Formats: sequence, C-alpha cells, structure tokens
Amino acid sequence: MSVHSNDSMNEMSNLDLETPEKPYLDSNELIINMGPQHPATHGVLRVILKLDGEKVLGTECVIGYLHRGVEKIAENRTYAMFNPYVDRMDYVAAVSNGLGYCEAVEKLMNVEAPPRAKYIRVILTELNRIASHQLWLGTHALDIGAMTPLFYTFRDREEILKIFEKYCGARLTTHAFRIGGCQYETYAGFEKDVKNFLTHVAPKIDEYEALLTTNRIWLERTKNVGVISGADCIALGVTGPVLRASGVKWDLRKAQPYAAYSEFDFEIPVGTNGDTYDRYLVRMAEMRQSLRIIEQAVNGIPEGPIMGKVPKVIKPPVGEIYHSIEAPKGELGYFIVSDGSTQPYRIRVRPPSFVNLQALDMMVRGLLVADVIAVIGTIDIVLGEVDR
Amino acid sequence: MADEAKSPAPPPPPEGEKKPTAEKPAAAAPAAPAKPAAPAKPEGPVPMPWTSPLVEKYRSQYGSGLDAQTYLGQNYFSVDRSLIPDILRLLRDDDQFDYCVDITAVHYPKREKQFDVLWNLYSYARNERVRVKTQIADGASIPSSVSIWPTANWLEREVYDMFGITFDGHPDLKRILLPDGWHGHPLRKDYGILQQDQEWVQINLGIESGQ
Repeated sequence: MSVHSNDSMNEMSNLDLETPEKPYLDSNELIINMGPQHPATHGVLRVILKLDGEKVLGTECVIGYLHRGVEKIAENRTYAMFNPYVDRMDYVAAVSNGLGYCEAVEKLMNVEAPPRAKYIRVILTELNRIASHQLWLGTHALDIGAMTPLFYTFRDREEILKIFEKYCGARLTTHAFRIGGCQYETYAGFEKDVKNFLTHVAPKIDEYEALLTTNRIWLERTKNVGVISGADCIALGVTGPVLRASGVKWDLRKAQPYAAYSEFDFEIPVGTNGDTYDRYLVRMAEMRQSLRIIEQAVNGIPEGPIMGKVPKVIKPPVGEIYHSIEAPKGELGYFIVSDGSTQPYRIRVRPPSFVNLQALDMMVRGLLVADVIAVIGTIDIVLGEVDR
Repeated sequence: MADEAKSPAPPPPPEGEKKPTAEKPAAAAPAAPAKPAAPAKPEGPVPMPWTSPLVEKYRSQYGSGLDAQTYLGQNYFSVDRSLIPDILRLLRDDDQFDYCVDITAVHYPKREKQFDVLWNLYSYARNERVRVKTQIADGASIPSSVSIWPTANWLEREVYDMFGITFDGHPDLKRILLPDGWHGHPLRKDYGILQQDQEWVQINLGIESGQ
C-alpha cells in the first residue's frame, strides 16, 4: 500500500513517524480494512490501516461509495431545480448547504435577499448548526463508548427538526431557501417556538457537558488524541471547528460576513492543543454562540418582504463566481460558471468534509486502532458530502 | 442528450417555464435602475481590469503571460500555463496565500485549449481571495502543486478523476471518487449524464446495465 510518500508531508508532521526503539509487539506489519460497512465510520468510508501490532503506521482512505455526480447533475438542471440537490450533500446540515448555494447564485445575478429573509436564514442556519453539532456529539460519544449522550442529543435535536417541519414541511432535507430569499413566511408562533427552544436547550448543553467534560474515561480517550497543529491545518486546507481547535481564530462568519452575520455579536471559540478534546470543547462553545446569534436574530427580526426581485426564469449573466459560507463542518464553497443560459455551465462544490478527511492520515499516525475511531468522529465528516 | 443543448449561443428551452417570459425578466434582472428602453444588452457586469500593488508586482515580473481582472468584486489572474508552478509558489511564499481553498477545472469542448484549470486561494493574513486560472489542451498535463499545498493531493486527484487532466509530480495520482478501473471522465462535456462504463458495471456488479 502506498501511503503518502510526499516528503513535505512528513516534514510537517509533528508526530513521530519513526517506529520507537522498542516496538510494542514483535510482529510483522499488518494491513487491515476498516469499513466500508462499519458502524463507526459514519457511512460508507473505507480506511485501509497499516499496523504494527495495534499501532497505526499509516492509513489510506477509499471513498466514493456514495458518489452521485452532483456536479454533473447540476449541469443538466436549471438553477432552481438544482437547489434541492444540495441538501443531499451534507444532509445533517441541509440548511447550510442551501444557504451557500442560494447566496452564490444571488451574487452571480447581482441580487440580494431582503433583510427579513436574511434574518430567517440566519435563524434556521444556526439552528441547523446546533442540530449538526448535536448529531456529531451523540455519534462521536457513542463511538468512544459513552452511550447516554446519544439519547440526550437526539432528544433535543428533535425540537429543532420540529421547528423545521413546521416552517417548511421537511425535517432533514429542508430546501428551506430559494434563490432571492425565502419561499415561506414564518408560521404563526415561529418566534415563540424558537425562544422556547433557546430556553429549553441552554441547560441541556450544560447537561451534555456534565456527562463528558470532566469524565475520566472521556478525557483518557480524547486528550492528546489526534493532535494537529494550526500550521498543519492551514497547509492541509482544514477548516471549521478542527482548525479553530488548533488555535487559529478564523470563522467565515467574521472574516467575510455573509447573510446578516455582521449585525450580530458573537465570539469565535478557539482551542489550544488541537486534540480531540479541544475540538469537543470548541463545538460545545459554538453551540452556545449559535444560541446567542439566534436570540439576537429572533428579537431583531425586521418586517418586510422575504423575496428579492428575482425573475421567474433564473438566467444569470455570463460569468463566474465563488461564494463560501461557514458550514458546521468548515468552509463550504460554491464555484459557479454561467454561460448566460438557464442551466449552470459548471458548478463546483468545495466540500469541507472531503478536504478535512484528508488530514486523517496525519492525525492518526502513531496512535492505536481504537483512536482511529475517535479521530474519524472528531473530524465530523458526512460521507454524502465527501463523495457528493 | 441534455448536454448537447449547452452551447452558449442559443438559450436552451427553460424547463418547466413558459417560453414568452423567458427573455424579458432576464434583461430587467441585473440592476434595479435598469430602466432604459434598450433591452439589447442582457449581459450584466463585465470583468474589469484589476489593479493593485500585487498585480503590478506580478505584471512587472511576468509581463504579457498574465492578465489580472476582477468580476463582481472577485479578483483573478489568467496566466499562461508555463507560469504555473512558479506563480503559485510565489503567491504562497511572498504574498501569504497560504490556504489553497480549491482546485478545479472547467471543460470548454469548442475551444482549442479545452480546459480551464483553477486554483482558488485565500490568505489568512490578508483576508483576501484570489483565483488563478490557466488554459490547457486536452491531453496536456500540468505541474502538481502538492509540494506547495499538501491539500492539493486529493483535490488534484479529483480533477484527474473527473476531467482526465494529469498533474506532473503528484505523489499518487489515481482516481478518488470513481473506481480504479473505470473508463471515462464524467465531468467532461462530451460525457452524457446517463453514460456509464457498461463494461465495468457488467464485470464488477454482475448486472447487464446500471440504468
């Protein structure tokens, strides 16, 4: 098996890639397969592990099992018809996908969504970020052996999905936004539901933390596991909570604000060690920051139209655009080339999960097999987005 | 096949929409104060020359091999293929474009140099984005940038998988999303949306057709 033979990759690594003076076990190298049908790979991910006893010498990811050719489909659909497809990439954060796509097309057409639509977008997107982090926490903790958080997080995530369902009829692949604004006005009682959710979920996040943050087993399994430095993250293009846990204070919502994010007051949580535990802490803090954003948005939601001036037939002028947003997993970008027709000439999706997964090899070298499970969980990948 | 209708000249019939409405709103769309009675120019904004100290520096260094433009506030360099590893390395080393966001390609089958290859870069220090694009012919290769940004590894593999563009010096250039033995590169415009590698499907899946 060829693992990255690239020199610069090895130079950068802060993990000791050489075998220790005294090997764990006197054994030959072993190559085993993890996945594609494995409950802890979060979908159909196959990882080929090269092992010395229990120690990981290198990995290679085999992906593409869920490849549906989303980018090819886009070239054969109109702009509006492609909108629901983007929900099927990162299906646990469908609202974010839709926000990025709609904003990219709007930018290309030089139109802007009205303020009320932007606020609705922010509220739903941040709710979705919490839902995505909750799902991540439940499954990640389950992989490591903590079963209870799964039930807690899924119980509370249900409240978010109920709001989505009442808003647009769908729970998971919501197709909540349209190019130019929102399709639906908020339902009667939307603001009350969101405020109820805020008061309901804040103590629940403390509850998750009570289960894990000082739990000795959790600490043993996550502290100093899968360490990656900020410089390595940047070189590998890693974004999102993984980057921030390594100490790089960068969030697209602040760096290049989109939607209405520049109007809200929130902080970017960062970690210091870049290990699995810090990534856990960063995501927990992000959920709290999302609550802050939602609270400000729902209190300041302006009146007005929810749909901008968009022609019935969406026909952006000839040109190309790149637009990216801070999805729960990192930078989600859309690069769209228009030939002036009703169908996009090319849409390229820059998926955060795909790029972040590339860091797996560097993060697990030198660790034990059981840690690979923890690291796959902590990167927070969704295979629908990796494979597209 | 659907992608036949993608030639830029005649607007393909808009699916699911009435034809008469197709022309007019598109003309009214780009700008709000677009009141002039001449709907002859349905195009929106056009790329403008991009001027900045950064551009001056590269222009003085590379001269005519480089063109800098800005479109809808986004800056890009169109460069000659021969400049490719050097200008990328300079952008990272001298101008802090340390994050390679994306590498991708676009296929224009009617052009002599059929492919646009694009590098989408970001600088954390400057909080700035820039795109670098170059044109290459079908079958031509391009230097790999894995030694500049390790993240290019998978991104270049995906471009190779989808377009068949080879990257010289890539440590492990092979397909990434499609199976290794697959024939064809699906994001080329001449690859139909229903097309499959029937032979691969028959041998590996044991069925007559994947359709």
